[in-house]
Amino acid sequence: MTGPADHNGRDGYGAVARKEDARFIRGLGTFIDDVTMPGMLHGAILRSPLPHAVITAIDTSAAEAHPGVAAVITGAMLAERGLAWMPTLSGDVQPVLATDKVRFQGQEVAFVVARDRYAARDALELITVDYEPLPVVVEAGQALAGSAPVIRDDRPGQADNKIFDWSAGDAEATERVFAAADVVVTGDMLYPRCHPAPLETCGAVADLDRVSGRLTIWATTQAPHPHRTFYSLITGLPEHKIRVISPDIGGGFGNKVPIYPGYVCAIVGSMLTGRPVKWVEDRSENLMATSFARDYHMHGEIAATRDGTILGLRARVLADHGAFNGAAQPTKFPAGFFHIFTGSYDLRAAHCEVTGVYTNKAPGGVAYSCSFRVTEAVYLVERMVDLLAAELGADPAELRMRNLLRPEQFPYTCPTGWEYDSGDYPRALRMALDIAGYPELRREQAERRAHGEYMGIGISFFTEGVGAGPRKHMDILGLGMADGADLRVYPTGAAVLAISCQTQGQGHETTFAQIVAAELGLSPDDVEVVHGDTDRTPFGLGTYGSRSTAVSGAAAAIAARRVRERAKIVAAAMLEAAPEDLEWSDGAWRVRGDPEQCRDIRQIAMAAHSGLELPAGVEGHLDAGSVYNPPNLTFPFGAYICVTDVDPGTGVVTVRRFIAVDDCGVRINPMIVAGQIHRGLADGIGMALMQAISFDSDGNCLAGSFMDYLLPTAVECPSWELGSTVTPSPHHPIGAKGIGESATVGSPAAVVNSVIDALAPFGVRHADMPLTPAAVWRAIQGRPLRPDLATS
Amino acid sequence: MQVPAYVEYERATSVEHALALLARFGPRAQVLAGGHSLIPMMKLRLVQPETLVDVGHLTELRYLTVTGSVLRIGALTRHAELLAAPEAGRHFPILHDAERVIADPIVRQWGTVGGSLCQADPSEDLSAAFAALNATMVITGPDGTRAVPARQFHTGPYETVVAQGELLTEIQVPITPGAGSAYEKVGRRVGDWPVGAAGAAIRLDGDVIAAAGIGLAAVGAEHFAAPEAERSLIGAQAGEQALARAGQIAAEHARPVTDQRGPADYKRHLASELTVRALRRAVARARAAGRSAREG
Ligand SMILES: Cc1cc2nc3c(=O)[nH]c(=O)nc-3n(C[C@H](O)[C@H](O)[C@H](O)COP(=O)(O)OP(=O)(O)OC[C@H]3O[C@@H](n4cnc5c(N)ncnc54)[C@H](O)[C@@H]3O)c2cc1C
Repeated sequence: MTGPADHNGRDGYGAVARKEDARFIRGLGTFIDDVTMPGMLHGAILRSPLPHAVITAIDTSAAEAHPGVAAVITGAMLAERGLAWMPTLSGDVQPVLATDKVRFQGQEVAFVVARDRYAARDALELITVDYEPLPVVVEAGQALAGSAPVIRDDRPGQADNKIFDWSAGDAEATERVFAAADVVVTGDMLYPRCHPAPLETCGAVADLDRVSGRLTIWATTQAPHPHRTFYSLITGLPEHKIRVISPDIGGGFGNKVPIYPGYVCAIVGSMLTGRPVKWVEDRSENLMATSFARDYHMHGEIAATRDGTILGLRARVLADHGAFNGAAQPTKFPAGFFHIFTGSYDLRAAHCEVTGVYTNKAPGGVAYSCSFRVTEAVYLVERMVDLLAAELGADPAELRMRNLLRPEQFPYTCPTGWEYDSGDYPRALRMALDIAGYPELRREQAERRAHGEYMGIGISFFTEGVGAGPRKHMDILGLGMADGADLRVYPTGAAVLAISCQTQGQGHETTFAQIVAAELGLSPDDVEVVHGDTDRTPFGLGTYGSRSTAVSGAAAAIAARRVRERAKIVAAAMLEAAPEDLEWSDGAWRVRGDPEQCRDIRQIAMAAHSGLELPAGVEGHLDAGSVYNPPNLTFPFGAYICVTDVDPGTGVVTVRRFIAVDDCGVRINPMIVAGQIHRGLADGIGMALMQAISFDSDGNCLAGSFMDYLLPTAVECPSWELGSTVTPSPHHPIGAKGIGESATVGSPAAVVNSVIDALAPFGVRHADMPLTPAAVWRAIQGRPLRPDLATS
Repeated sequence: MQVPAYVEYERATSVEHALALLARFGPRAQVLAGGHSLIPMMKLRLVQPETLVDVGHLTELRYLTVTGSVLRIGALTRHAELLAAPEAGRHFPILHDAERVIADPIVRQWGTVGGSLCQADPSEDLSAAFAALNATMVITGPDGTRAVPARQFHTGPYETVVAQGELLTEIQVPITPGAGSAYEKVGRRVGDWPVGAAGAAIRLDGDVIAAAGIGLAAVGAEHFAAPEAERSLIGAQAGEQALARAGQIAAEHARPVTDQRGPADYKRHLASELTVRALRRAVARARAAGRSAREG
């Protein structure tokens, strides 16, 4: 359902059907596990059953004697080749295969290469590893205790488990604002460790050609080009001899940004055996060992006047990064973009401090469509605003409306330095309240409460900064975050666009074709989009952080405009007019004042490849390329309202309605935009109500399967009620912002606010996600659960 | 990908054949029915049978019939078939209540009633439902068949009285005119195993409870039943007070354990809360059944 939106670009470039669906709905996609090669061998990883232990001995002889086994690789063997440790995306190192000790349950210890996956798994059982268990750090809060074992004793000079201390904002100005405020409200909240859990797990097929020295690696990667560079740096193979192919990807959500030990093992396996080697992890491996998300232990403080003007915000965060700092984010931002935590409000001052710590858990932290930790930031501020509303006895909608940034304040520089590009926040909130029928919902809530029925209404307003990013501020391991686009127009006018970003379900083959088609007066069917193959596409940083449309989309539009400018010169020659006398309208270059005199791209393309005499300065053909270095991030925003019903006898929460008004600037394909929002809203229900990677006190991961790590289904999701406003980005070539993560970022807070609102009559102020039946019931009892630990 | 260890496979063509195969392959052989519990455990290598004896195709054990005053369910009947069977729903609404919230349509299409009971997971919903109904399990072995009350069928977590070389072949449920039954479950999500669940079967004499069965899943109730709570109901007025007391007693005798689905105190609370809710609906259904019996 679509709400009453304004028509300023709401229908965008048209809701055309997704080109890629023709193969997906026939089951004819090519995912990693569909890649097979003659002579291909299969790898499997032996993982540590213990979260922290010294490896005293590994005996692989029985596995090597297995008739199906081609090679057994250990950390010691890798160490001989200088490959035992590899860099992480946060400038730390991580073992490919453990050499000294294991530091989380599920860590990679040995790799078997065998004739098939059965033999590989059988051989794993034949390897014996002797472990000497060490004390474990499971709780982030214990990581810095004096008694905590030092997990990273491999790091010279590391005497504790601290990774970094980082802060943003003005501490003194914030202190002054707090000292003068009428009201200060504080809150402690955990954004628990969760997991992006893409349906396709991670995997690779590596093929090192011994004759040419070329390495081809098919891999589940959202960032093929940086991966090529890193493989070159890790293995020492020259970069031009490496080809990374990312075939169809069955969901990424940030899980497929890092380089995992399994990929490197597959490469080494191919080096040693001279055969292609496939490695595909199973579900448990994906959930237990690959990049998790969040694990932010947050303390928030909000200051306001008695009449409800929010003055300042403070946050202290303990960030659990696991055993290795492998968070995938721009180098200069160890806490991602968390410091956009003032959200959508007009505050005087803000300050946040983040301390990152090592624990005996899997590495990661930045994933699950989090916009580089904006998810955590939005959750914090939106919970704090609700806590403030409760303290003041104010309506949470009115309190937000009163404090939202006003349209005339844009471009707006927030207290921690982000420059928000554009927005009309009150309009979006008003639209959401209208679609919801807010006053009527509040009346119904009061009536139900009188009958002992508990219904909640939760609001969340979010602002994201996406499209990383200006290369002078943002890089990943030194690679500036710019993206290229190459556009070729063939003689018939058919076009091929090659881009550096990598679709994982977002519909790039359609959206990017629409961008080019709109610029050149073509049909999207005339434009083929090539991606996911480093040999066929220009360099760029890939798809995550909602950056594809914001960065690559801009690159594509600019390349198309360059083609159009070349076409203008050719058209001028065809029309025997001066280029300055032509104007582009209605999909063709036309003689000003005589619009019937025109040539469209098809005609021009043929002419550009023909014998036509071209003016000096044009060499022929229409191809053009571009590299887009964004001047700023784009700032999508939205207003979400969630209506829940809570059964206090069982703690069961039912999401009755969910209203989402999103503004992502100009919408290219509104159907794809809606699909992205639907997905993110479902994510939000998952996180808020059922998902956590929890551990027992011994450090055992308790969420190693979909029986325990739950994905929401259609039954838990209401029929989404969407609305939209369109506030174009002023600096983006087509005014578009990102949409891939908005709903994941914005929705969890709305669900939690709704449940807490429902529980207000019980005096509940806060309860941590996931709000499982048990967690809700315990909150009502006044004995909240620790969702990250399976203890009572 | 998770893959099982090497295993031999034999497909049984009759009950007799299945028993012969089980005898031939001995203790390292295991019965395969729908495979929805066994195959995942094999893929995780928690069990490694040498031989699978597949009984999944034995149509002779795939039926649902009423004989006299007994509903007979063949062990190979799929969850989906039990859910779709009108005679099961008419006499035992508890079975349809439970089946509606067991797993998902795919699992229900493959998983069998017998496999569910033999798996003997402490959270198995049907074990609680059949305990509430005081069903009888029919076990067939080389020496013929024997009948075991539902409440003596399970001997512990993942353990039943079905011996090596035997098959569960049928479940028999006595039909009591004018009875009512219901099942209540809390999961974290649709298709989830229960965090806690309770089933109730009630027969009324006027407004007095004449017979009561209470089954519990996932809350550590011995034999999936709550006999002390049942006893408290016999002869009581079928009102809130008696139901609440029964719930309390059921909770007191439950021995739940804390896990990722929830802490023990919450599960104990569910034992009480869901027992009361199941009883309430069972009583209402018994009243309705009594009314229609009088009117009809
Ligand atoms: C995703 C999922 C969700 C689930 N959710 C629920 C739920 O919510 N509630 C619930 O109660 N259950 C749930 N289940 C369990 C499901 O009901 C069982 O897996 C299924 O019914 C087992 O039947 P089967 O025929 O597949 O048994 P199999 O897996 O084939 O066998 C199970 C065990 O029983 C033995 N066995 C099977 N048949 C016989 C027989 N006739 N005689 C002797 N031994 C036999 C086998 O040897 C094996 O040990 C779920 C399962 C899955 C996979």
